[in-house]
Amino acid sequence: MKIYVDLFLAFFRTGLLGYGGGPSSIPLYYKEVVERYRWMTADEFSDSLALGNALPGPISTKMAGYIGYRVAGITGCLIALLANVIPTVVLLILFLTVLNKYKDLPWVQGIAKAVIPVVGVMMGQLTWDFIKKSQGYFGWLMTIVLVIFCLIILEVFHIHPALLIAGFLLAAVLKKDKPKEDDAKKVNNL
Amino acid sequence: MIYWHIFLAFLIPNMVGYGGGPAIIPLVENEVVKNYGWLTHQEFSEMLAFANTLPGPIATKMAGYIGYEMGGLPGLIIALFATVAPTLIIMIVLLSWLMKYKDSPKVIRMSNYVRPIVAVLLGLLAYNFFFDSFMLIGSTQTLLIAAISLLLLEKWKVHPVYVISGAIVYGALFL
Repeated sequence: MKIYVDLFLAFFRTGLLGYGGGPSSIPLYYKEVVERYRWMTADEFSDSLALGNALPGPISTKMAGYIGYRVAGITGCLIALLANVIPTVVLLILFLTVLNKYKDLPWVQGIAKAVIPVVGVMMGQLTWDFIKKSQGYFGWLMTIVLVIFCLIILEVFHIHPALLIAGFLLAAVLKKDKPKEDDAKKVNNL
Repeated sequence: MIYWHIFLAFLIPNMVGYGGGPAIIPLVENEVVKNYGWLTHQEFSEMLAFANTLPGPIATKMAGYIGYEMGGLPGLIIALFATVAPTLIIMIVLLSWLMKYKDSPKVIRMSNYVRPIVAVLLGLLAYNFFFDSFMLIGSTQTLLIAAISLLLLEKWKVHPVYVISGAIVYGALFL
């Protein structure tokens, strides 16, 4: 029983203390899982993280569910997930329901208008993040070519983004592994 | 039927979105705003703004709220299930098989190849938000709020919660 309570507390805390979405709260998971409760060693944790990152979808829930499962089976998995996810979902629903109820008041409309440019800036920051990471892998020239290519596919041909991603994933799988891929990458970056 | 659509609307973004929750935002927007028309651009950006003032994973906050709005409690559960379960089940069931491949060049290539697409999708979303904002409050207010937020977030590293809270106060008083 104690293990379930511990799992609940660990992932309740990481859910409520982590700001900025899943990826930025991974250090909190490490603190709880490796340092506080010692459910995993540091190596096991980084292995699980690498594994989680090799799959699509949100990373924090994959970590919570997987660690819960390792520690206490299916029940542990469910407890960790619910503790991680439900509190903030409920808060958001309450928050927006209240806001929608008063959305005809001028000052509530003012709030709704003022937050849009801020979210625009935040999305811009995330865009830049992903551009920088692409550049680190592909180099500037290829990144720009790929960005323009994706823009045309999405905006001119209106291809569904999931199809575009599926195409790129397929290309990643089908590409032959070069024995010295690292060397090839370095040449590209020059 | 609505439940099936909710399931698909969250399953697809989470099956192709590499890079954690933030990479999933524009894919969810594509389904929820463009494909199904459940929310307008403006409603989506409001939701995203308030979701960002709260802690916790962003993908599940979006899924939970939109699922609840469209289909009540069952909708909430279905949207969360579609967001969380498929890749988690893959991770648990295929663990030993995946462990062998997690460092393989193919897998590393997969997450790298997806990044430029995610960048474009996020950029388009940012563009849409600014476009909406120009229409709603004009260029002066939009540029003023955007410039101040950018300075606060990037230069002075102010926590996003405070920046959004500041915008909330500003909007309530002056807009």
